[in-house]
Amino acid sequence: MKAVELVNIVKTYTSKNHTITAVDDVSFSVEEGEVFGLIGPDGAGKTSIFRILTTLILADKGSAKVLGNDVLKDLKEIRNISGYMPGRFSLYQDLTVEENLEFFATVFGTTIQENYRLVEDIYKQLEPFKNRRAGKLSGGMKQKLALCCALIHKPKILFLDEPTTGVDPVSRKEFWEMLRRLKDQAITILVSTPYMDEAKLCDRIALMQNGKIFEIDTPNNIVSGFGKKLYSVKAENIFKLINDLRAFPQTENCFAFGDSLHLTLKECDTDQRKIIKYLDSCKNKNVLVERIEPGIEDCFMHLMKK
Amino acid sequence: METKDTVIKTDKLTKKFNDFTAVNKISFEVEKGEIFGFLGANGAGKTTAMKMLIGISKPTSGRANVAGFDVYKQTEQIKKNIGYMSQKFSLYDDLTIKENIQLFGGIYGLKDDELKDQSNELTGKLNLKSHADKLVESLPLGWKQKLSFSIAVIHKPKIVFLDEPTGGVDPVTRRQFWDMIYEAAHNGITVFVTTHYMDEAEYCDRVSIMVDGVIEALDSPTQLKNKFNASSMDQVFLKLARGAQRFE
Repeated sequence: MKAVELVNIVKTYTSKNHTITAVDDVSFSVEEGEVFGLIGPDGAGKTSIFRILTTLILADKGSAKVLGNDVLKDLKEIRNISGYMPGRFSLYQDLTVEENLEFFATVFGTTIQENYRLVEDIYKQLEPFKNRRAGKLSGGMKQKLALCCALIHKPKILFLDEPTTGVDPVSRKEFWEMLRRLKDQAITILVSTPYMDEAKLCDRIALMQNGKIFEIDTPNNIVSGFGKKLYSVKAENIFKLINDLRAFPQTENCFAFGDSLHLTLKECDTDQRKIIKYLDSCKNKNVLVERIEPGIEDCFMHLMKK
Repeated sequence: METKDTVIKTDKLTKKFNDFTAVNKISFEVEKGEIFGFLGANGAGKTTAMKMLIGISKPTSGRANVAGFDVYKQTEQIKKNIGYMSQKFSLYDDLTIKENIQLFGGIYGLKDDELKDQSNELTGKLNLKSHADKLVESLPLGWKQKLSFSIAVIHKPKIVFLDEPTGGVDPVTRRQFWDMIYEAAHNGITVFVTTHYMDEAEYCDRVSIMVDGVIEALDSPTQLKNKFNASSMDQVFLKLARGAQRFE
C-alpha cells in the first residue's frame, strides 16, 4: 500500500478578479516509511496539497488516498491516522505548552503518558517552559511544540507544511535531526520546504513551482541528472565578475552562490582555460575557476529555466 | 583620499523589557554604501535592535545615530531618511502597482512630477509597465518583493532596512533580488539586511552575528570564515549560535 497517492489533482481558487490554479494536474505517490519532500517556493502549491490530503479542502479534480483511505469517503479515518503541522502556527496561544499537548491528546482520545515515548526527545527540550503560554515561545520552540502536538496521538503519517520556514539555521538542523529519528519509528513523513539545502535530507523529493512538479526522484538522482558541466568561479570583485560573466557569449547561466558564482556554458567544448582567458582580458583579479558537482538548488534553477 | 562616511553608529545600545535584556550593549558602525548582514538565531535580539535603529522603539540605554539622526530625539527624521521592507509587510494587495507607488512616494514626500518619473522608471526597470494597473495581489511573490524593494528606495534613502526580504522566494528571483541590492549599494544606498539564508550572508560586505543579545562576531565573510576555521558562513553561524543559552 502507498502511504500517499495523488492522481491528477487540480485545485483552483477564484477571487473577484481572477482564478489561480494552485495545483495543476499533479500526480505522485509516497511509499510507507519514506521521508518525502515537496520542494519549492511560495505559490508552488505545497500547502494546497497538504490541505487536500488532510481532508481540509476538496480538490476540483482528481483523486487522493492516504494509506489506502480516500480523502472524500474515509476522511474520519484519515484524520485519526494523520498528524498535521500547518505552515502557520495554529496552536492555542493562550494555553500553556503542557495544556496544548494535553488538549491534542484528549481530542484524539489518548493521554500524554500513553505516547510519551514518541515525543520524549522533543518534549524534554520544552519541559523547562511547560507552564509558559504557547504565544510567548520563540519560533524554534513553537515549532517543536507543534510537532509534539501533531505526534501525540501516534499518527501513522505526518504532514509537515514548511516546518522550518523563518527558523534560524541551528533550529532547522535540530528539527531535521528529529525528523530522521521519527523515520526510525516507521512514521511516513511528507514535508515541504522552500530551503533547497534541506532537500538532500529527504529520501525522495518533488521539485515544484506554480502548481506543477518538474521532477520527482531521490536527491542523488536529481543531482546526477543535471547533465551540464558546472563551474564555480571566484574573483576579487564579485559584482564585476558577475557582470563580466553575463556578458560572456559562451555563458548559459550565471548565478551567485554564496561566495562564488555558478556558471554553465552553452557549448560543451568551452573549457576552464577559455573562461580564465576571458576573465583575465576583462581585468578580473585572483580568478579561480573549478569544476564542481551541482546541488539541488542548481538543479532546481536549471529545471525552472527549461 | 576618500573619507569614510558612517551612516549607522551605535554605542552600547541596550533594550530591556523588565528584567530581560533583549539587546545588550551592542556597538558597531556601518559605512555608506555597505551591504551589512545582520544575522542571529531566533530570539537573539535582531528584531528589537532593528526596531531601535528605525526609530520605532526607544532604547533603554546607550547611544545610536542613524543617517545622522539620534534614535532618542530625532525618530521622525530617521524615518524620512530610511527605507524599510520586510517579508511580512510589503505592499497593499488591493491597490494597483501604480497606486502603491503613488501612495508610498507620496508618503515620502515626492512631488507629482518626480513621482511620475519614478513610477515610469521603476515599472520599466521591473518590466511591469503593462501590469501597472493591475492589483498587487495578482503578482507572484517574487515580483511583489522586487516591487516592494524598489518602492522602499523610491525616495533615495541613505539606508534601506530589509527584514528577511527573500523568505519563500524562488531561487532565481532570490538572486535577481540580490542583483537589485548590489545595484542600490553601488549607487551609495547602505543596505542593512537580515536573512536566514546563509548563502546570502556571503553576499554581504560585512556580517554581524548576534547571540543572546550581544554581537558575538562582526567582520567580512572571508575574515569570519578564516577566524572560525569554517568553509562557509553556515558553519560559522552554527559554531556561534550552538552556544546560545536563551530562547525568546
